Amino acid sequence: MNKTQPALEVKGLTMDFGGLRALDHIDLEVRQGEIVALIGPNGAGKTTFFNCITGIYEPTKGDMIIHPRGKEPVRLNRLKPNIVTEHGLARTFQNIRLFQKMTVLENVMVARHCRTKSGIAGAIFRTPKTRKEEAEMVEFSYGLLEKVGLAQYVNELAHELPYGAQRRLEIARAMATEPFLLLLDEPAAGMNPKETNELDKLITKLQVEDKLAILLIEHDMKLVMSISNRIYVMDYGSMIAQGTPHEIAENPNVIKAYLGEAFDA
Amino acid sequence: MDYFLELFLGGLTRGSIYALIALGYTMVYGIIELINFAHGEVYMIGAFTALIVASVLSLMGMSGFSLLILAGLIAVIYASAYGYTIEKVAYKPLRQAPRLSPLISAIGMSIFLQNYVLLSQTSDFLSFPALIEEFEFMEPVSHIMRSSELVIVLTTAVVTALLTLFIKFSRIGKAMRATAQDKTMAMLLGVNVNRVISVTFIIGSGLAAVGGVLISSHIGQINFYIGFIAGIKAFTAAVLGGIGSIPGAVLGGLVLGWTESFATGYVSSDYEDVFAFGLLVFILIFRPAGILGRTTSEKV
Amino acid sequence: MATQWKPLIEKITSELVKSLLVAAWFMFLTFPLMVIRVHPLERTIEWRWMNMIYVGVGSFFLSFIWRYLMERKDGGNSKEEGDTWQKRVGLRIRSDKRISLSGLIAIGIFIFIFPFIFSSYQTQIMITALMYVMLGLGLNIVVGLAGLLDLGYVAFYAVGAYCYALLNHHFGLSFWMALPLSGALAATFGILLGFPVLRLRGDYLAIVTLGFGEIIRLILENWNEFSFGPSGIAGISRPGFFGMELSLQEHTVYLYFIMIMLVVLTVLVVSRLRNSRIGRAWIALREDEVACQAMGIDKTKTKLTAFALGATWAGLVGCIFAAKTTFINPASFTFMESAMILSIVVLGGMGSIVGVILGAFVLILLPEYLRAFSEYRMLAFGAAMVIIMVFRPQGIITGIRQRYEFHRNTQKGKAR
Ligand SMILES: Nc1ncnc2c1ncn2[C@@H]1O[C@H](COP(=O)(O)OP(=O)(O)OP(=O)(O)O)[C@@H](O)[C@H]1O
Ligand SMILES: [Mg+2]
Repeated sequence: MNKTQPALEVKGLTMDFGGLRALDHIDLEVRQGEIVALIGPNGAGKTTFFNCITGIYEPTKGDMIIHPRGKEPVRLNRLKPNIVTEHGLARTFQNIRLFQKMTVLENVMVARHCRTKSGIAGAIFRTPKTRKEEAEMVEFSYGLLEKVGLAQYVNELAHELPYGAQRRLEIARAMATEPFLLLLDEPAAGMNPKETNELDKLITKLQVEDKLAILLIEHDMKLVMSISNRIYVMDYGSMIAQGTPHEIAENPNVIKAYLGEAFDA
Repeated sequence: MDYFLELFLGGLTRGSIYALIALGYTMVYGIIELINFAHGEVYMIGAFTALIVASVLSLMGMSGFSLLILAGLIAVIYASAYGYTIEKVAYKPLRQAPRLSPLISAIGMSIFLQNYVLLSQTSDFLSFPALIEEFEFMEPVSHIMRSSELVIVLTTAVVTALLTLFIKFSRIGKAMRATAQDKTMAMLLGVNVNRVISVTFIIGSGLAAVGGVLISSHIGQINFYIGFIAGIKAFTAAVLGGIGSIPGAVLGGLVLGWTESFATGYVSSDYEDVFAFGLLVFILIFRPAGILGRTTSEKV
Repeated sequence: MATQWKPLIEKITSELVKSLLVAAWFMFLTFPLMVIRVHPLERTIEWRWMNMIYVGVGSFFLSFIWRYLMERKDGGNSKEEGDTWQKRVGLRIRSDKRISLSGLIAIGIFIFIFPFIFSSYQTQIMITALMYVMLGLGLNIVVGLAGLLDLGYVAFYAVGAYCYALLNHHFGLSFWMALPLSGALAATFGILLGFPVLRLRGDYLAIVTLGFGEIIRLILENWNEFSFGPSGIAGISRPGFFGMELSLQEHTVYLYFIMIMLVVLTVLVVSRLRNSRIGRAWIALREDEVACQAMGIDKTKTKLTAFALGATWAGLVGCIFAAKTTFINPASFTFMESAMILSIVVLGGMGSIVGVILGAFVLILLPEYLRAFSEYRMLAFGAAMVIIMVFRPQGIITGIRQRYEFHRNTQKGKAR
């Protein structure tokens, strides 16, 4: 895999909510197999950026293009969220959005939907093809749960899980759609240092083993500095800096944005 | 031309009533995002209360304008009390529940109230006394507009104006607008959200009762089922104008009233309700935000 | 001594005062409607003071129960306990083959001999109950699984009924020919109506489906040339049995077995769907629309399948209804019918098959056998819907999700 090839290219992305400009001409690039962090104070527009790429919001202006491995590039503008996911872009949510009343395993199985085919007739007659697909689905999903360390919870309902486990389930669920680019929205929020440490390893594993490109929003600077190849910094809807972790740590603009926030708070 | 004018004025009357009921829907929806299915029933209960009170009072020898005012006032008080109680029993315990739950609860409440009136009163149509007398000065135009229609239109205009002023300038009105914008934020700023919601239900129900009394007196008969149809139509009006918006509810009511009036007058009178429901479906599909409403995207 | 009792006494007094206030409030509230009754034509007034006492006493005691349940709900633990209890029994029944097998055999035998030991009238009632089981299970797909509040379900029921009635009237089509056609036509209607409305938010969907239901009924009522208007269609053929002549009673028994067969079929289909790829997509959609789409599920398509499938069932039962009563008119297809089916689903437990079956039996058989109660049927349904939503939103029976067992190292999943 060539690490210089782009996975996601965003140019001039702008999003207005009524009078509020939540994103102002944002440019961002993620290359294949790269871990990129998107940081910024609260309300900077990071989640909005994710929502635009994944088709949940329709941006006012700008271009968003992904480059699935071995396929033609796809322009994401105006695509429905499920189509975006089909093209290989998956995400997690900042305010955990699991399917509460379904079991942990089912949460992951649901996300296999766009990679499987069996329909109503298959389900009613339990055709051999459906049964085979179902068994494969179970196996695949269980494998993912093992990978994120949730194998002991398969039959629990999602809302019964501890907080950290719910965050990991979000990741497993997103992985089940077989993405090449994974967007994580504050995966470490609410985790204790030990859990964060495990998360660090998990994300690195996803990068190395699954060859994923990962774009992550995170407030935990230690985590961000340790795993990112590059970092983008947003403030009030604008991109104020980008670079390697080292460059970002030295950047006066970034320090100002963060200190400013600290003084406000 | 007279026929057109008659239809126009008929539509205006109908529309005014729809507007009065729609205000309740719109206010409640604006604040707790719930279609209060039981709202139509409150309107019906208002009409029944007025009928009962008016009958008792007229047997005691009261008549004329004072009868209308007293019966109307008691009907408004009762309807408000019902609205307040409905909220406390069926909706308040469900504030945190999934969206479907309060909606089902509301439908249950509506069915319950319909049958409560059916069982405690009657399933037959009851004739409603003409509480609004014919004015003499309306004599020359009586072939196109009755006095009761004039009263309905004027009352709606006055009531809406008062409501707008109330919401704009009173303390609780401001709290209402704040709650509608952002409930959590309003709570943090010290607004008593529970009280705001109660007041919303009380005002909305009172307005529905005003509509119920006026239209029943105009039409001359009521039964337990009138709230159901009127409720859906008023909801249509609220959606038409843009749910959550007070001028929208009035505009929506009038548009719906005219649509019905002209469609039944010029096309076919068999399908009166079909036009209303058709308009509802049409609006929801093609412009769900309504005429005056703005499209908003859910925050994710 | 006295100080020891003080809190208790205070608590009791405060509870009493609360209940007295509630009783007074409801006596005030119900006064005009419950006590006074006017007869405008005779110009007389009837005073029913006893009603006021009933209301007062009733609301006094009910308010204790209400507050008790409220406290329990807010406490939360007792509810969970009940659920785990139910789960345990459910699992035990499922896991112990002997219990489930002997239970099934007993139920099977009872079902089989039912029409022979009970009167024709009882069997008729049973047929009705079974029809509502089917309707409930069909609506359960839409409301319980996919979370789409469809208030116009009766429209599809009407489509099925009129499909058979009209085809039979004009072309003499038989029941068995019409049954699949009714289902298919209702499904087509479901897709046609669903396509535009399924993009709407949940509560708007409810009101639009309600509107559609009324439109269809009004059309049936007014379009005389097509539907014979309010007078309806009479003389619809009963289901044929290999061309043999059956007596009325034999017809009833025959229809009973047809219903049993169809209910079994429905249960089979719904339970298989529920734990399939499509079924999981429905539930996910109900749980969280945004997350569901973000996981690659086509919202509109998934909703449409649920809507159309639910409609199919309504269409099938509609056809049976026409065959059973041999006469239909628009009055059978009012909003109240939709509301009744909805309350079956809500009472039984959204998403649960056993729950919906129980719900249908309770709501149909109870008023049938407690004649005195039948007047209060809809009143009780309405109240039940509110109370269930407030205190036990999951209904009588909570839907149990499929469990999987994994054996170390092999990763092979087995459903049980
Ligand atoms: N659907 C919406 N409608 C209106 N405004 C919105 C919407 N979604 C987001 N916003 C606004 O856009 C701005 C950016 O919000 P966003 O959630 O993207 O911030 P963020 O960077 O993710 O912050 P945090 O770190 O707190 O998650 C905020 O002012 C927010 O209120
Ligand atoms: Mg965010």
